[in-house]
Amino acid sequence: MKLAEESFLTDDFLRQLINVGEVDILVGLPTHNNAKTIGSIVHTIQSGILRGFPRERAVIVNADGGSRDGTPELVTGVSIDDVRPASNPYALRTLHSISTKYASSPASGGALRTILAAAELLRAKACVVMSPESANIEPEWLSKLLRPIYDDGFDLVTPTYRRHKFEGLLITNLLYPMTRALYGLRIREASSPEFGFSGRFGSQFLGQNAWNDGTEGAGVELRFTLAAIRGRYRICQSFLGEKDHVERHAADLVPALRQTVGTLFSALEPDFPVWSAVAGSQPAPTTGADHEVLLEPLRVNRKRLREMFSTGVAELESVFQSILSPSTLAELQRIARLGEEEFHYPAELWVRTVYEFAASYRKSVISRDHIIQALAPLFRGRVFTFLMENRNASAEDVENNIEGLCLEFERLKPYLLQLWKSRE
Amino acid sequence: MREMIISELSQALHEIARGFAHFLPRLIVIVILAFVGWVIAYVVKALLRSILRLIKFDKLSENAGASQLLTEAALPSATEMLSRFVFWVTWLGVILLGVRALGILGLQDQIARFFLFLPRLFVALLILFFGLLAASFFSRAALLAAVNANVPSPRVLSLALRTLIIVFVLSIVFEELGLAEQTMLVAFGIAFGALMLGLAIAFGMGGRDLARRFLEKRFARGKKEENEDELSPL
Repeated sequence: MKLAEESFLTDDFLRQLINVGEVDILVGLPTHNNAKTIGSIVHTIQSGILRGFPRERAVIVNADGGSRDGTPELVTGVSIDDVRPASNPYALRTLHSISTKYASSPASGGALRTILAAAELLRAKACVVMSPESANIEPEWLSKLLRPIYDDGFDLVTPTYRRHKFEGLLITNLLYPMTRALYGLRIREASSPEFGFSGRFGSQFLGQNAWNDGTEGAGVELRFTLAAIRGRYRICQSFLGEKDHVERHAADLVPALRQTVGTLFSALEPDFPVWSAVAGSQPAPTTGADHEVLLEPLRVNRKRLREMFSTGVAELESVFQSILSPSTLAELQRIARLGEEEFHYPAELWVRTVYEFAASYRKSVISRDHIIQALAPLFRGRVFTFLMENRNASAEDVENNIEGLCLEFERLKPYLLQLWKSRE
Repeated sequence: MREMIISELSQALHEIARGFAHFLPRLIVIVILAFVGWVIAYVVKALLRSILRLIKFDKLSENAGASQLLTEAALPSATEMLSRFVFWVTWLGVILLGVRALGILGLQDQIARFFLFLPRLFVALLILFFGLLAASFFSRAALLAAVNANVPSPRVLSLALRTLIIVFVLSIVFEELGLAEQTMLVAFGIAFGALMLGLAIAFGMGGRDLARRFLEKRFARGKKEENEDELSPL
């Protein structure tokens, strides 16, 4: 067994890994104070392993970020006997559950690093990371994320979900269209907390990623996906089903922007040779539906979104002057003065805004974190327009609108290149 | 009598001539020193200007908000200002060193004090620059946080923070320079106290409704306000 990562893994965890030996399947479970849900999630994972991989050697690796509610003990304490009656097939091999504390505070980068190191040491063929917050996780999710790797030789499997048309708006309005336009691959959920990967790609990422660059806690899932695209690994998508609604607060928007948009913007500079050479985009191989949209009515305070946009544009004028071109800022100021009925933040202006933010981020015209924070009010304005445009839209209409935005991102890509070169 | 007058006059003229003969070489030396000092100062200025342009000092100054202050005061850019400052300090320094070497009485102490003051002036300028940088950074951070949290009057909050930091920095700068220490201390105390009192009164008077709404929302089991919280960005 190779002990290349022994420097940051604890002796106790190394002993646990040695006891496990080599495995075929590794399930990574990053946690932090998830005692309420973790029991049922581990049961579901065990059930998924018994049903999908009864003959394979498997292990559940819990990377805990300093839980104080006994989460690690719950992970290791869940007995597989509780699962067996529900699932007819029996595992022919021992199913191990091991746990380690990678830090005293949670950081998705630290958790993934631990899981990747464990996968490398155990020579796992196929691995999957499951989110401890997925309340509606199904045993089939494991097979859906692992089979393409184990059977078909893919290196990364990202999920697709059934979502409400107004859920995941940061993904549909920025992350997906921009990633697709720049990297040329249509991956819906590039920063999902659930994904499958091959041991080969995991080891490669573990060795190449800069883990001590001070950003290891944010957006590692997106960095993982971008690394797979950059390295030309085989990537596919797998439809999992409905994504549960995670209750979020207004304050969650800025952390979400940091985690995703900040990560994407910071990747653009080193990846310039990759994305500057890409034109158009290709669909990623997908098992099951590419997407599914739920349409039931959802009450949203649109007025507040527009007000926060208008206030942001007025109050942050001095900040936007450093980031945006005069014409884009003037246009934003014009629409900020419009009433609720006339208000419209067109796709082209939104794309220009995002590209100018990306170029300013690269140039660090002001603190990079401030640039990301300044995007929040503008994103609210774009969300308002998206809500208005899709108020009564069918699933097909919503998809057409998202596709239109994606094409706009692709069409205006030369503008980003021009900004990039002019700011050399 | 006539001879005496002529003798005194010739003696006076002789002394003036001797004084002039004594002074002329020193004057020539001072002029040469001034010229050499000017050349040295000019070279230092040109070098410093190139270095500052290389490290994009103007951008740093812009981030610090110092450029804005300079523009408003119709002064040249930060790079130009610093270069000129160093030019004058160098030139003056070389001249004073020369004058000191010439042994002109009365100037020795003043020159010594000038050179003792220079490091303090430099430190004070550094404090001022980084203070302005900190004021700009934190006021912008406060502005962004307030806008994203939908706090009323975010610009006022940001400006108050900026003012507070600048006042604090200025008090340190004056203390470093040793200028009106007591006055500055008292002025800072009064300004800080007045600002805090003003904020407390403003909070008390203007924030009553806000505080009531906050407490109601926090503790009352009322109808959940529909808002964007229901939309998950990811």
